[in-house]
Amino acid sequence: MDIKSLTAVELGKKIRAKEISVAEAVKASLDQIERVEKDVHSFVSVDREGALKRAARVQEQIDDGRLTGPLAGVPAAIKDNICTKDMLTTCGSRMLENFKPTFTAEAVRNLEKAGAVVIGKTNMDEFAMGSTTETSYYGVTRNPWNLKHVPGGSSGGSCAAVAAEECPFALGSDTGGSIRQPSSFCGVVGIKPTYGTVSRYGLIAYGSSLDQIGPIAKDVTDCAAILEVIASHDPKDSTSIDRRSYVHAPVGKTCSGGKGEVCPAGYDFTGALTDDVAGMRIGIPKDYFGKGLDAEVREKILEAVRTLEERGAVVEEFDLRLVQYAIPAYYVIASAEASSNLSRFDGVKYGYRTEDYEGLHNMYKKTRSEGFGAEVKRRIMLGSFVLSSGYYDAYYLKALRTKALIKQEFDRAFGKYDVIIAPASPTTAPELGKSLSDPLKMYLGDIYTISVNLAGLPGISIPVGTDSKGLPVGMQIIGNCFEEKKIIRAAYTLEKTRSYERPGMINNLSERKEPAGSRTEKGDGFMKGGRA
Amino acid sequence: MANKISDETIEYVGILAKLELSGEEKANAKADMEKMLDYIDTLNELDTEGIEPMSHVFPVNNVFREDAASCIDGSEDTLANAPLKKENCFKVPKTIG
Repeated sequence: MDIKSLTAVELGKKIRAKEISVAEAVKASLDQIERVEKDVHSFVSVDREGALKRAARVQEQIDDGRLTGPLAGVPAAIKDNICTKDMLTTCGSRMLENFKPTFTAEAVRNLEKAGAVVIGKTNMDEFAMGSTTETSYYGVTRNPWNLKHVPGGSSGGSCAAVAAEECPFALGSDTGGSIRQPSSFCGVVGIKPTYGTVSRYGLIAYGSSLDQIGPIAKDVTDCAAILEVIASHDPKDSTSIDRRSYVHAPVGKTCSGGKGEVCPAGYDFTGALTDDVAGMRIGIPKDYFGKGLDAEVREKILEAVRTLEERGAVVEEFDLRLVQYAIPAYYVIASAEASSNLSRFDGVKYGYRTEDYEGLHNMYKKTRSEGFGAEVKRRIMLGSFVLSSGYYDAYYLKALRTKALIKQEFDRAFGKYDVIIAPASPTTAPELGKSLSDPLKMYLGDIYTISVNLAGLPGISIPVGTDSKGLPVGMQIIGNCFEEKKIIRAAYTLEKTRSYERPGMINNLSERKEPAGSRTEKGDGFMKGGRA
Repeated sequence: MANKISDETIEYVGILAKLELSGEEKANAKADMEKMLDYIDTLNELDTEGIEPMSHVFPVNNVFREDAASCIDGSEDTLANAPLKKENCFKVPKTIG
């Protein structure tokens, strides 16, 4: 059996049925890491010994009936900005090259309570600032679909690891598209949940009002199951929300928790895995499909939209205004929050400290100047500027007012539509080395993902085929706040009409004995027998 | 409208950001910031008169809990990652003469 090609939920089922042991599952991941890491480089660190120890413990708990959930025994990779106790957590930065947190992030604790086995920490743009994973201090990650291309970012390591079958699933974080865009570039599924759904406790902050942790996996079922495990109301994160008791206009009511009560905003995301979009109202923002969008990407997405239409969805084009203002507003807000959040890195409490210094202030400055990379410094400078006296109103408050208007636009749209469909990115993955020279141009690549963070909405990216270069195209389905279930239902329905496409490279990389591309044909059902 | 950032401004922002930039880095930072601010200035096309700045998407209320005293010595964990420490304290350069 090819363990590494299973989805997380499939693997979990086989582990519970004793067809595969937890140790075998973990070893399958570690073996694949051994095979492909020198080419792909998804990980900053891999904890082989620890993972095998944890596997043994989890196996005992499965055997004695204490662990019964879908992720029990399933290996997981965690983005390197999410704290894991006693495991290196670098944030892709020199600043934290030796940082071993003394506590574990709530989302990871939830995973561990459910029996998932953390095997390592994935590469990322430094402090999650970037769209290519090229700003990492620990070297670039390569796209498993074509090693000359980037995996996207900033959760590029997590998405590449899943696509390269180094682990069945991973956690990422999304501040302006950092889960959805790399998921799209790597041909995997990723969800950015409604703000406040997953605790940010232990997530090293970039833009606190925008950051959310979310799942990355091979299919929608996995993502729903993982989100169900990691989402929680956590008193340790003051912006964490108890979804069951949250009164919100489109959901309309709170839940008392009574038996059999259907709670639209509740945590039972797997309950939304139904193959049915009959009557679902889908809005297509015209402005998202115009100038700047690659023709092949447009075609693939519209093809997927037609599929949903054939399945009974009601599709309509509409004007989503203010699209062009999302990026400038985002860079003001995110940089402002970053400049404040990253002030904690001063060489005193943790992380890097410069070697030679004269006095405290010189130590702060030298530590930060040596510890941070160029993109991080660029954003800290911009953030410090827009928050400085004399510019605060003109830039920072103006951006927050723009954010309010963007939210209103989405409120208006969700008055008419259940979900909005958009590209995840204007193009497929660019080649390595082509993006960083012009930061503004790179920022423009975030046009379809960024407003979702500003408005706190949930979004999913799912693969909808490949372009003529053989690179995956991702489609984004956006829902109203707390309406993850609708985007999960739409994505699941679409996924049911397709078969999972595995990067051809992986076969060549991992099983060089096999003829190249022998198992990459579409629809051969090698992985998802029932889906094609 | 092309933004012009003066040397003094870059110097000042460097102080706020606690970053020590080399001559080349300063020149780059200036060029980058001018370009970004030109772009950000497109926001001025929007009429935001009377719109409240939105820092959080959802109404965030204060969460109260009982002020219960507890006695936990977390000093070991707190200091575990300190670059330098001395007698249960972070060690920093002398700050007062």
